Amino acid sequence: MTTSSPIDFKVRVQAEDFEVSAETDILTKDRKDIGAIVTFTGLCRDEGGMLEALELEHYPGMAEAQISKFAQQAVERWPLSGLTIIHRYGKIPPGENIVLVSATSAHRRAAFEAADFLMDFLKTQAPFWKKEHLKDVSNGTWVEAKALDDADAARWTLPKSK
Amino acid sequence: MKIRYFAWLRERTGTSEETIALPETVKTTGELMSWLAARDEGYAFAFEQPDTIRIAVDQEHVEADYVLSGTEEVAFFPPMTGG
Repeated sequence: MTTSSPIDFKVRVQAEDFEVSAETDILTKDRKDIGAIVTFTGLCRDEGGMLEALELEHYPGMAEAQISKFAQQAVERWPLSGLTIIHRYGKIPPGENIVLVSATSAHRRAAFEAADFLMDFLKTQAPFWKKEHLKDVSNGTWVEAKALDDADAARWTLPKSK
Repeated sequence: MKIRYFAWLRERTGTSEETIALPETVKTTGELMSWLAARDEGYAFAFEQPDTIRIAVDQEHVEADYVLSGTEEVAFFPPMTGG
C-alpha cells in the first residue's frame, strides 16, 4: 500500500517469511541521500526451549488499515526517506521473523524515533493476537497484553520536546 | 449487521462471525455486549469482563459508548498483542 504525501511507504501483512536484507536493499537502491537506516526485526523466541510455535491471529483488512494509519502518522511526523513495515500472521516457529519496521532518513534521529514509535503502536493498536503453543502441552495459551506496552505507546502522545 | 470475534472471544463464543438483526433496544456497542452476553453460557463467558474487551466498528477502534448508527461491522477482541 502506498500513499503520495509526504513519501511513499510500504505495508504488508502476510503469512510467509521475509528477507530483512532484501527489504533494506529496496529502500536504499539507487539513492545517495540516505544517511541512516534503522531496521527493527521482531523474532519468535523459544522461551528457553519451551515454545513449539507462536500462532498469530489477525483481523484482515483492519490490520493493514491500522498499520497504514500509523505509518502515515510517522511519515508526517518525521522526515523519512523511506519506510517498510511487514507483519506476519499464522503459525511461526522459534527463530523466524514476526515483524519488520525499516525506516530510512537523511539523519539517524528521525529513523530511530519513527521505528520506535511504529513498534509501540503495532504492539498496542494493530489487531494481532499471539497464542503460545508450548511443547508437551496440547492447548495453546493466549499471550496477555502488557501494561508496559501501553505505557510505551503513551510516550508518543506527550508534548514533543525539541 | 455483521459481528466478528477474535482470539479468545472467538473461542468462547464458538463463532468467528455472524450476522444479527440489531434489536431496537440496543443503541451502543456496550449495550450490544450486554445483549450478546445474555444469549448463552459461551457468550456470557466471552463478555464476562466487558471493560477488558476492545471494540472496532467498521474496522476503527471505538469505545463502549459508541452509538451504532449505519454500522456494517462490529468486531470484539482482547487487547492486542502484535509486534
